[in-house]
Amino acid sequence: MTAGAAAPMIRARGLVKEFGSFTAVDGIDVDVMPGEAFGFLGPNGAGKSSTMRMIGCVSPPTAGELTVLGMDPRTHGAAIRARLGVVPQRDTLDEELTVEENIWVYGRYFGIPRAEVRRRAAELLDFAQLADRAGSVVEPLSGGMKRRLTIARGLVNSPSILLLDEPTTGLDPQARHVLWDRLFRLKREGVTLVLTTHYMDEAEQLCDRLVVMDHGRIVAEGSPRSLIAEHSTREVLELRLDTLDHAEHVGAVEGVAERVEVLPDRLLLYVDDGERAQSEVVRRGVEPVSALVRRSTLEDVFLHLTGRTLVD
Amino acid sequence: MARLADVLPVPAGAGMARTLVERNYRSFRRTWTIIVSGFFEPVFYLFAMGVGVGALVGDVDAGDGRLVPYAVFVAPALLAASAMNGAVFDSTTNVFFKLKYAKLYDSVLATPLGPRDVAVGEITWALLRGLVYAAAFLLVATLAGAVTSWWAVLTLPAATLVGWAFASVGMAVATYMRTWADFDWLQLAILPMFLFSATFFPLSAYPAAVQGVVQATPLYHGVAMIRDLMLGQVTGGMAVHVGYLAVMGAVGTVWTGRRIERLLLR
Repeated sequence: MTAGAAAPMIRARGLVKEFGSFTAVDGIDVDVMPGEAFGFLGPNGAGKSSTMRMIGCVSPPTAGELTVLGMDPRTHGAAIRARLGVVPQRDTLDEELTVEENIWVYGRYFGIPRAEVRRRAAELLDFAQLADRAGSVVEPLSGGMKRRLTIARGLVNSPSILLLDEPTTGLDPQARHVLWDRLFRLKREGVTLVLTTHYMDEAEQLCDRLVVMDHGRIVAEGSPRSLIAEHSTREVLELRLDTLDHAEHVGAVEGVAERVEVLPDRLLLYVDDGERAQSEVVRRGVEPVSALVRRSTLEDVFLHLTGRTLVD
Repeated sequence: MARLADVLPVPAGAGMARTLVERNYRSFRRTWTIIVSGFFEPVFYLFAMGVGVGALVGDVDAGDGRLVPYAVFVAPALLAASAMNGAVFDSTTNVFFKLKYAKLYDSVLATPLGPRDVAVGEITWALLRGLVYAAAFLLVATLAGAVTSWWAVLTLPAATLVGWAFASVGMAVATYMRTWADFDWLQLAILPMFLFSATFFPLSAYPAAVQGVVQATPLYHGVAMIRDLMLGQVTGGMAVHVGYLAVMGAVGTVWTGRRIERLLLR
């Protein structure tokens, strides 16, 4: 953030959320800039959803500062929500209404006139590739369609910020790609996207910048590429050995890699040149059942920072 | 409601409750048959009790020493009960489903609407349902010859008041329900109220000690108010009934808003 840059869309300082004696969000600092795609990456229970609910003005912060669109959610909740689009983790579509009625009714909650809301609904259903289902009830739609409808609904007020809580969780790969494509389009149109995910590929695909959260705290921040450069190596050599306990074999590969992580089913060797490391391992007489060289991902960053995998 | 809300210490809202009523109307257009069925219950009672039992009972004391046919005595009580039943059904069963299963209010609260809008919108819709039942019943009762005074026209605003009182407290109570089984407790409160609020026999029929209990229940005030109107006995005493029900409605509305806030804006 250089001096003179535009004011942040979302600004948090020392933001805390407690539920009784449980601290869900433990003093986080966040700045989301206009037009940015910003991600909260972390495992389940890291505090991502609690943070999103505070930003969405449906959960009062316990302590700390929070400003959304320059306003305080505690006093200007309705004014902020009027300019937010929200895609919750679980679809909360109105199953008693049809696809297009879902958008009409939701638009009315924002006080948009009936004629205008109908015009926007037609556009949004095109955008969500649901125009041919406009008059159908919601219940029989596929998971991907429901998700797209939820996003279309969240866009009815032309929001300045779109909040997406785990947008593709539970979708099949094809539906995820369709959804990512739609989100890319929004980003290109200048909508600020804020999303949570525990999928590292999603974070890498969509986010300009992200924070990695664990136990309610931010453990790293940056662009996906800079996080990988900072916290991991260029390549990773994955070795599966014919053994009950991969930890026993750490000694055999010592010195080959900058760092070795032991997973239940494989060893991860963090190296700059995976091919060379693989030949070195073989030269030492280690005979893996399988060996795979790949580029480092955010999963590796997370593993390095927390010692745990993102998706168990 | 919006201006009143600025004065009372009520939960936050954007004055947009009507959009939730619109939503319910849109949903209702697809499920109107369910609503129609609820109208028949008091009509059946009118013919079974008012006309059938009435033939055996003969005339009864309407409260001021005047004797009226039993059907004329019972009809106003059934009209009040119609308003109560419509309002209670919508504000408890339907609200419980929307709150617990459909998660409607979660998505509504993500928009500018606040907990007050949810409370006012849903309670308004529920009282409208009570009003529709009451109006339909009034028509049937008139055709059956059980309406004797032009004052009966005022039973419609009166039924609105009864609907508000029961819808608001009903919705507040619905926020405490954990499972559908809890609705049996609700029936345990509604049924005796329906039977013993000077509905089918006058207050004077109860022992003095029990009269106080009957007079403390809300349906008694709804029945007494509507009966006075339908028989054309409009006196200053009606202010007590109106006051009781209005306070109940206001308290229930604020209580509901607070509950929604507490459950969903955590």
